[in-house]
Amino acid sequence: MKGEPIKNGLIQALLALNAFVMLYPLFVMVMSAFKSNAEIFDSPFSLPASFALTNAARMWSDTSFMLYLLNSVIVTAASLALIVAFGTMAAYAIARYPFRLSALVSMFFLAGLMVPLKLAIIPLFIQLNALGLIDTRAGLVLVYTAMGLPSAVFILTGFLRTLPAELEESARIEGATELRTMLQIMLPLARPAMIIAAIQNAVPIWNDFFFPLVFISSDRLKTLPQGLTVFMGEYNTDWGVLFAGLTLAALPISLLYIALSRQFIAGLTQGAIK
Amino acid sequence: MKPRRPPWRRGLWIAFLLAPGLAVMTLFVAAPLLSSFRYAFYNFHGVLPDTFIGLANFRDILLDPTYADTTWRALGHNAIVFAALMLTQNGLAYLIAFALLKALPGHRIHQVIVFLPVVLSAVIVGFLWKLFLHPLFGIVNAALALVGIHGLPWLGDERTALGAIIFTNAWHWVGFPALIFLAGMQRISKETLEAARIDGADDRVLMTRIIWPLVAPSATIVVILTFIGSFNWFELPYVMAGATGSPGGATDVLGLFFYRTAFGSASSGLQDFGHGSALAVLMFLFLAIVSALALRILRAREIET
Repeated sequence: MKGEPIKNGLIQALLALNAFVMLYPLFVMVMSAFKSNAEIFDSPFSLPASFALTNAARMWSDTSFMLYLLNSVIVTAASLALIVAFGTMAAYAIARYPFRLSALVSMFFLAGLMVPLKLAIIPLFIQLNALGLIDTRAGLVLVYTAMGLPSAVFILTGFLRTLPAELEESARIEGATELRTMLQIMLPLARPAMIIAAIQNAVPIWNDFFFPLVFISSDRLKTLPQGLTVFMGEYNTDWGVLFAGLTLAALPISLLYIALSRQFIAGLTQGAIK
Repeated sequence: MKPRRPPWRRGLWIAFLLAPGLAVMTLFVAAPLLSSFRYAFYNFHGVLPDTFIGLANFRDILLDPTYADTTWRALGHNAIVFAALMLTQNGLAYLIAFALLKALPGHRIHQVIVFLPVVLSAVIVGFLWKLFLHPLFGIVNAALALVGIHGLPWLGDERTALGAIIFTNAWHWVGFPALIFLAGMQRISKETLEAARIDGADDRVLMTRIIWPLVAPSATIVVILTFIGSFNWFELPYVMAGATGSPGGATDVLGLFFYRTAFGSASSGLQDFGHGSALAVLMFLFLAIVSALALRILRAREIET
């Protein structure tokens, strides 16, 4: 068709402009992480004079950054482990066994998809306080588990229902226990659904700021986004260090995303479409 | 075939599978949700409900000027955020999705790029743009100075602060609606698009008359999620403007007001769980009712077209 190359060129230009708008701020962030105050002030757009890790080293030695990072890793990993374990167990019962309250139980889990848990923060606070879980990592982990279970149960029930009944039957005939059938025959097949359930919950939990802000007050228990607010306040005159902190905070999830972009995009957009 | 195991053992096994999940959901979703409705009717003493006071908390939030003035101003700001994000962020997302649909060379890379900010924490994105918008050393004003424009202290000026945070939100999230629209567009059959082309439809007609009605289900999701996101807006304004919605409350939204009321601002440090619960219940009802209505209307539109 006439004019098509021009139009495609225009679209490419539009996409290139968009890519620039998305990436250039991140590029400036990384470059500024190597700069001194004077450099950021005098030549904000140029490359740093040297790629010395002065700012990053100060983060390492003078701040609790590594501790915040470690807390985020612990809280996220523990939450995901519980979400996948409890979610798979419940989904397996709902998907593979007919029982009287099955529909009700599945409704109970699915109703959780509609609840914005953040608006229940006051009763959650009171609940955690009564259980002695305020200002603990365990408290955060349990709240995140509750937040993630509905979507995990939803995804895994759907997937486990599709597995053929013959698999279970033949295992039973050979005398395998229900537990063995589940662990050795059925669950290995459900791994892709478990991964989707994990990724879908990993990003919101890793990035969450609101729950730690309310539940965690000890500095040594703070997660990365929360710790970042402490750190940004303390170093507010040291711009290079601030940029270094942002860069290091963005690094882990960015690298993981670049390595697994297909799964991330599928997991996060499907999470919305559910 | 072996004899079946006794039914009570099967029942026990199912109960074992369900117990941990049900326990967590009961303790940390169902129970808190139910209590939040109850707590809204109480006066609090610290973290304990004290006396039943009926609808007094609700009346204060909606009618008593000490609370109500802030409530309504914040609600207005949330509405501005929603409208602005629908127009800018989601409008742009639709354009980007259409450009990606062409599957020109490099489209996969562009998909990965536009989604990259989405995986970053709002705290990182908020601080990053707060630094970029800084009147002294921020790159935004430095870039404007290059073309001879004298930039404003964007976050410090009442007229521009909310807009600056909305812009940051759009930069952070545009990839999300873009890829939801794209997924919707990719479900349209090739034949439909070919037929339209043969009938002489150009890109503009294709985008507005052919594709737009066919991605109605994606549009429904985007509208509902933007609505919920805009009226629950908290992290970005908290990071960029602080808990009080500075300057002078120009960026105050319901999420910030709720946080200040329930857990105390830096200045007062007072917890008020009674008024906080009432505000949370009102926000919950507002979101639930409007979402349900909007869903009905939007779904009806999907079927029509």
